[in-house]
Amino acid sequence: MRHIISLLMENEAGALSRVAGLFSARGYNIESLTVAPTEDPSLSRMTIVTRGSDVVIEQITKQLNKLVDIVKLADITEGKHIERELMLIKVRVADKELRAELKRLTDIFGGRIVDVSESTYIVELTGSGDKHDAFIAAIDPAAIIETVRSGSTGIARGEKSLQIN
Amino acid sequence: MQLSGAEIIVQFLKDEGVEYVFGYPGGSVLHIYDALFQQEAVRHILVRHEQGATHAADGYARSTGKPGVVMVTSGPGATNAITGIATAYMDSIPMVVITGQVPTAYIGSDAFQEVDAVGISRPCVKHNFLVKDVKDLAMTLKKAFYIATTGRPGPVVVDVPKNVTDPKIKIPYDYPATVSMRSYNPTVKGHPGQIKRAVDLLLGAKRPMIYSGGGVILSGAHAELTQMTRELGYPITNTLMGLGAYPATDKQFIGMLGMHGTYEANMAMHDCDVLFAVGARFDDRVTGDTKLFCPHAKIIHIDIDPASISKTVRVDLPIVGDVKHVLDDMYKEIKASKRKPDAAALQAWWKQIGEWQSKDCLRFDRNSPLIKPQGVIEKLYEVTGGDAYVTSDVGQHQMWAAQFYKFDKPLRWINSGGLGTMGFGLPAALGVQLAHPDATVACVTGEASIQMCIQELSTAMQYNLPVKIVNLNNRYMGMVRQWQEFFYESRYSQSYVEALPDFVKLAESYGHVGMRIDKPGDVEAALKEAFALKDRLVFMDFITDQKENVYPMIAAGKAHNQMHLPSERELA
Ligand SMILES: Cc1cc2nc3c(=O)[nH]c(=O)nc-3n(C[C@H](O)[C@H](O)[C@H](O)COP(=O)(O)OP(=O)(O)OC[C@H]3O[C@@H](n4cnc5c(N)ncnc54)[C@H](O)[C@@H]3O)c2cc1C
Ligand SMILES: Cc1ncc(C[n+]2csc(CCOP(=O)(O)OP(=O)(O)O)c2C)c(N)n1
Ligand SMILES: [Mg+2]
Repeated sequence: MRHIISLLMENEAGALSRVAGLFSARGYNIESLTVAPTEDPSLSRMTIVTRGSDVVIEQITKQLNKLVDIVKLADITEGKHIERELMLIKVRVADKELRAELKRLTDIFGGRIVDVSESTYIVELTGSGDKHDAFIAAIDPAAIIETVRSGSTGIARGEKSLQIN
Repeated sequence: MQLSGAEIIVQFLKDEGVEYVFGYPGGSVLHIYDALFQQEAVRHILVRHEQGATHAADGYARSTGKPGVVMVTSGPGATNAITGIATAYMDSIPMVVITGQVPTAYIGSDAFQEVDAVGISRPCVKHNFLVKDVKDLAMTLKKAFYIATTGRPGPVVVDVPKNVTDPKIKIPYDYPATVSMRSYNPTVKGHPGQIKRAVDLLLGAKRPMIYSGGGVILSGAHAELTQMTRELGYPITNTLMGLGAYPATDKQFIGMLGMHGTYEANMAMHDCDVLFAVGARFDDRVTGDTKLFCPHAKIIHIDIDPASISKTVRVDLPIVGDVKHVLDDMYKEIKASKRKPDAAALQAWWKQIGEWQSKDCLRFDRNSPLIKPQGVIEKLYEVTGGDAYVTSDVGQHQMWAAQFYKFDKPLRWINSGGLGTMGFGLPAALGVQLAHPDATVACVTGEASIQMCIQELSTAMQYNLPVKIVNLNNRYMGMVRQWQEFFYESRYSQSYVEALPDFVKLAESYGHVGMRIDKPGDVEAALKEAFALKDRLVFMDFITDQKENVYPMIAAGKAHNQMHLPSERELA
């Protein structure tokens, strides 16, 4: 099963490598990992997307919790949550027709064209990974010059939150 | 107090109550060594190899329950210490290792004797720190000791760049008496509901089994474990790391379990209906095939580390907390309960266990013209009155020491279980002897293991540490040879050690006493003579039966009821 684990950790040098090292040393999968400071600069928020059986996921959360730098952790896939990923994709649009088609597709997917050159467009999309996959599938692979995806971040819906108190 | 970084380290160690630092100097720790030189409260023990420093500190820690402290220089000093740090990590031993580092301005430039000590040690420490500012030094050291000694203990590395210890830069110092960390709060008390349920399950058992491990020793909970086990009247087994947590000479103790555990302990594991795991971590040497592990049992597990629970074997009733607290609460609950253990069921269970015990699974040929290693340990037990601190290396000799020396007290059996580090025994014995100057300390070793840290014989001389080395010299890496005999049709690939030194002369050249014993009839007298030499290190080189095997044995990945016992041929 796919799980999204959110964690708050001390914004210390080396904290990220402890998490990454844990995953490689214990043979856990990382689908994606994102990290950035929070409104409290002493804390970073990390989102890890991983896959594994229930037993493996249980070990992953326990082992993460055991890291001294980690303050709090939640598996947000256990409840209702919002997941978002940013994708930037650079596409070759040689002629008018292709340009119009890409513009249409971008609108359908709720994206934006954020850069235009003579022969290329850059499209910005936010949403779930599935949506991005669908977008990629909808365009000619030969036209794709570059894609960059941020990896997923997520947050629980409603009153639930990951906070230190 | 205005102190330099170097002086802060030394003053801090003193304030923290550290008696000994085990170490080896070098460029990046010279300021600290200069500060050490100018005081007497903290004693530095100069080893001969940094691995020796870590094992000696480890032995000190295992035999006292206090953290071991190590100091090494950057680069090769730090890398040499890694094996000992990993050894402590695997067995959850509290240790603080201060490594020198190149000056902060040089970090990352491949400077002379630079290694990324924090990076290299990360997978085998509980936590580590790089101190970049002298202002953070005292608090970081405090955190290091706090983390190393609380919760599930473990080694902590503090990497200190040379400029942070600069004698010219002085700052105010106050001993940080307390520390709190929002990200680190180990659970101590067990959940009351879980404790009630556990007691219920335990009292309802028909074929109960108590399986206790190193966590009981680390927690100092041997008295609580003993009290509760006696109250219940249930059989108890210990892991290799748990020996001494329950008195081995007590009738409820049915021996060690696992790969080289007793027949009765392993059979009882297989047939029990309630398993009570106390501070043990279901290691593969213990469980064998996890799918066939305790197939009939409901499992209760107390552990301070949630990650130990249901890691390799699913448990039915977990209790996260410190064994000492949890056992105390459980005992009160048992006393208060109207239920009593099922006497009739227990009687039948003990009868069954008695039948297994009658197999006499640890028997060996007592009439052999060769020295039997088991016999040496039996005599060692007798001669030392069962009251020695026994350290060991890794191999067959380790298993025989575990099987035949009956530990009645905790903190007495000092060995590398999780990492299985050859070379551990001698330096660990030095740490133990320093911690207990008047105690009898024996190091049970093999001719291969002892050579991995043999240089520490020199340290023993320098500090007059009269440990007694019991070398079970079978001229083989016996444990490797045994696997090759069983699983590789006796192809003894590289397990025969040629060109062994003359250990008697070797010991003598370091200034110690050496003895060579090659007749079974001489074993007891030699031990008596050696242990009578109270103030000398004695190296006893016992020339033992080359082909003796450790029994019982469960092959890796097999179940508890699939044990090899010694054949009649081997007993003849
Ligand atoms: C050659 C060789 C052969 C071996 N054969 C065997 C064998 O036959 N049988 C055997 O048993 N072992 C054997 N071992 C050792 C084995 O590899 C493991 O080291 C050992 O089984 C682990 O012991 P343990 O489960 O007691 O755990 P330990 O490593 O001692 O771990 C302690 C556990 O207790 C927990 N804990 C720590 N402090 C506390 C506290 N205060 N409160 C609560 N919980 C706490 C920890 O979180 C951990 O889970 C062998 C090793 C070697 C080298
Ligand atoms: C550092 C290290 N290298 C290799 C091993 C693998 N190993 C385990 S036991 C053993 C043989 C030990 O021989 P010896 O010390 O003579 O003990 P014996 O088994 O003969 O009693 C070896 C090589 C190890 N445990 N540690
Ligand atoms: Mg040998």
